[in-house]
Amino acid sequence: MTDRDADPPIIRLVHVHHAYGRLTALADLTFDIAKNEWVFISGPSGAGKTTLLKLLYFGTRASAGEVIVDGIPLTHMRCNRVPQLRRTCGVIFQDYKLIPGRTVFENVALVLEAAGCERRLISKKVRAVLHMVGMEGHADTLPLRLSGGEQQRAAVARAIVGDPKIILADEPTGSLDEESARAVLALLQAAHIRGATVIIATHDKGMIRSIGGRVLYLNQGRLYAAGHIEKRYDRMVL
Amino acid sequence: MIAWYFKRAIEDILANRFLNAVTIATISLAILIVSFGVLLVVNTGDVLDAWKRGARIMAYLKPDAAAGAVPSLKRAIESIDGVATARFIPRDQALAHLKAQMRRQASLFEHLAENPLPDAFEIRLLPTDESWERIERIAAGIGAVADVDDVEYGQQWVATFRGIVDLLRLASVVTAGLFLLATVAIVANTIRLVIYSRQQEVDVMRLVGASEGFIKTPFYIEGLIQGFAGAAIGLGMLFAVFSLLAAEAEQSAVAGLFEIRFLSVDMIAAIVAASMIVGWLGCHVSLKQSLRS
Repeated sequence: MTDRDADPPIIRLVHVHHAYGRLTALADLTFDIAKNEWVFISGPSGAGKTTLLKLLYFGTRASAGEVIVDGIPLTHMRCNRVPQLRRTCGVIFQDYKLIPGRTVFENVALVLEAAGCERRLISKKVRAVLHMVGMEGHADTLPLRLSGGEQQRAAVARAIVGDPKIILADEPTGSLDEESARAVLALLQAAHIRGATVIIATHDKGMIRSIGGRVLYLNQGRLYAAGHIEKRYDRMVL
Repeated sequence: MIAWYFKRAIEDILANRFLNAVTIATISLAILIVSFGVLLVVNTGDVLDAWKRGARIMAYLKPDAAAGAVPSLKRAIESIDGVATARFIPRDQALAHLKAQMRRQASLFEHLAENPLPDAFEIRLLPTDESWERIERIAAGIGAVADVDDVEYGQQWVATFRGIVDLLRLASVVTAGLFLLATVAIVANTIRLVIYSRQQEVDVMRLVGASEGFIKTPFYIEGLIQGFAGAAIGLGMLFAVFSLLAAEAEQSAVAGLFEIRFLSVDMIAAIVAASMIVGWLGCHVSLKQSLRS
């Protein structure tokens, strides 16, 4: 048995290509991400960061190549398997994507309701995770009554409440003040310590420097460079 | 889980009160019209059945029929399958009866040289739920007996009445079909508007791993609730109308001829089920068209 067989990557992309009509968004991406790895996807605006995350939670299907997430090949995946895949991923969106007509508690609980959990367990887990993100006092508040930082913390709570194997975060601190950004990153680090694989799309060099980890640098849809922050990223980009 | 689906469906109904009220009112009107048709068909059918149960056939004998042949004729008629009794009515008795009935027009009989009425048998049928065709067959059998000149059993008015009942049935089926189709379209529109208003929520639900069943079930329950509520209100209105008509009928000339009755429990259950199916179908059509995958 080889090392790869013993510990297969949680994410594998092989010669992945994606286009929106004639516009190429991603070209010939090939890389693995190991379990419990912390990875930044970086690059300038329009580099394909968000599209790459979308491929990973099946927000869109790759035009060509092979995408494997937690052992599930996505390229030819049938639509009825999408919910199962999405329950293995907790996704944090740049625009939060909280349901405006539902309270913070209900937004977070939705993940567990969709997974068919019992009501008592849902209540217990949601209250625990809201406490963890410091939002227990806002459980019955509607998202639009919260500040940007609070909304993002609610979105993080929703992403981690189901104990997902993978957390995908698209510019999670992009619109937050420094304190809120630190709080959100601390929550993601806590999830990482608990065993989650964390993938963050960002062009925030400060965040990358402060946390470190592997960086996949995209430029015009291509993997321009990959490496650890202490080894190559500083030299290449900064 | 089913409780959660119901909670979601009821929340949606309350959040879109006006839209749902209009839909339920439309369903209830459709159900009122359709069930009124059913009520009419049931009661006219009852009139026909009542006639069939007490059906009387008159067999008029030929003028040259021998008086001694009456016992054998009676036996021959009573031996026909479906006949209960055959009572001989001599022509003199028939005339006396007629005169008694037309006392006020006694002058009509003053210049009557001879009795124009024939001897006859009044025949009663066995009290079964006989079909009209069976009555016709019995009448034909009686008509074939020797010395029977003519058979009369109200063919003309019964045929006319049957025609009206059949037409009413057909009209009811067509009307019911059209109204229910229209109702499906109206429910579909309501659910479509609800889906549009909740599209963002549906998208987020999908992103967090909700299955299609999880997303769609509350909409289906909403359609079923609309159908049930529409049926309950429609049937309630029908019962109110029925109560008024029944009270009127009791005071009218037709009182005692036949009993007007409301729909049976089975029929009510069938109408409620049909209405719920309409709600479900409307929702299904809407989800097929509107819910983006």
